[in-house]
Amino acid sequence: MHASTTAAGTDRISRGAWRAGLSLLLCCVLNACDSTPRVPDHLRVVGGDPAQGERLVTRYACGACHVIPNVKGANSYVGPPLNMFGRRTLIGGHVPNTPDNLVRWIMDPPSIAPRTAMPAVGVSRDEARHIAAYLYTLR
Amino acid sequence: MHNGWQARTSNRALGRAAALVIAMLSTGCGSLEGIQSALQPQGISAQSIATVWWIMFWGACAILLLVMVLAIYALRRPKPSRLGHPYLIIGGGLVFPIVTLTALLTYGLSIGHEFHGGAAAPAPLRIEVIGKRWWWEVRYRNGPSATPIVSANEIHLPVGVPVEFAVSTSDVIHSLWIPSLAGKIDMVPGKVNRVRIQADTPGVYRGQCAEYCGTQHTWMAFYVVAHTPDEFEAWLANEQRHARVPSEAFLQRGRNAFVDAGCGACHRIRGVEQAFGALGPDLTHVGSRRSLGAGTIDNHVGTLAGWIADSHAIKPGNLMPPFAAFDGETLRALAAYLESLQ
Repeated sequence: MHASTTAAGTDRISRGAWRAGLSLLLCCVLNACDSTPRVPDHLRVVGGDPAQGERLVTRYACGACHVIPNVKGANSYVGPPLNMFGRRTLIGGHVPNTPDNLVRWIMDPPSIAPRTAMPAVGVSRDEARHIAAYLYTLR
Repeated sequence: MHNGWQARTSNRALGRAAALVIAMLSTGCGSLEGIQSALQPQGISAQSIATVWWIMFWGACAILLLVMVLAIYALRRPKPSRLGHPYLIIGGGLVFPIVTLTALLTYGLSIGHEFHGGAAAPAPLRIEVIGKRWWWEVRYRNGPSATPIVSANEIHLPVGVPVEFAVSTSDVIHSLWIPSLAGKIDMVPGKVNRVRIQADTPGVYRGQCAEYCGTQHTWMAFYVVAHTPDEFEAWLANEQRHARVPSEAFLQRGRNAFVDAGCGACHRIRGVEQAFGALGPDLTHVGSRRSLGAGTIDNHVGTLAGWIADSHAIKPGNLMPPFAAFDGETLRALAAYLESLQ
């Protein structure tokens, strides 16, 4: 009697554990499917494509100075890390982090902060829009 | 019944294996395009190597097929057959390999002789490449007595003429390999090895060290630029010039920073008196090069700044120490000055 009760109890527990495990797995899978992070409306960049921005970040080798999540070889701490950039308040510690300011900063940082180490590396306005759109997905 | 099931399974497995092989081959073919491929030859040496490779590939395929057919035949006919005849064993096991491998070796040695200069007339242009940890010094010499033009990490050559490469090393063993143009040539301490390389098509190719040489062996690479003869002469004439003296205040500030920080103890800039070092790459025309850190990262004002401030984040273990003492604007000026050295 005692033994069978224990067995049934174990059964119930394991069924519960299974259910919990399955729902956890389902949550993980669903979360993984939703890979495009939600960018709030005030950080939307007109004409900016995050996918192109990510490629441009690699092409311009921004990783020579910045840590950038998921970008191969971007391991440098010469400049600030760019993870969570979509939640950054100020750009370069100088101006509010708005799409317009960010596009201008990417094209020509010294025009905003004359003493910055970050040079203008020849990014066009369209390219800067893509890069900005990408950076805002980092949040 | 059981045998039939086995046969079906093995047929299905065979089909799958064939599909896998075809998939591997087609992806292999897809990645043939590019600037660093021995199967897309752009020079005569590489052409010969590719020919040998394809002969070996199709030869090996034919031999494998033959052996498989014979093996299957032997498996299906358990009774003693003509396959066990001594003539076939001596013929297929001894005579055939000896004849095939001798022919292959003779052919291989004959083209090898061609690459290493053989009896050909002296090449008009000689390029000396010296392997360093982990970069390349490149010297151009027009005639034996001429003073060399020193550069680094990028090899320029004219198309259509054989160029003599004299390779050596200042530390450990390295190996120079430009797959699109030629085979490998080792750089052995205390020796100068010679090879002739000819590019037939103008373009940019990539080469790399092919002998493990330490921490940054992987990123010991370089670009090769094959020019038309006129373009090459123009490039060489520019490379021969001393670095230009900047007139802009910002670039002058960068030049002063270079001198004040003592960069010249390791780097030479022809035309800058205080820049005479020979430990690091010659920077006289660094702004005109495609990459920094020997093919590690694209070269522009931004990567130059990042490299100076902390080259170890880009190429860990390289012999240049990080320079963290510059203020932001000075670092930017220094990078701009180096970029202006075209």
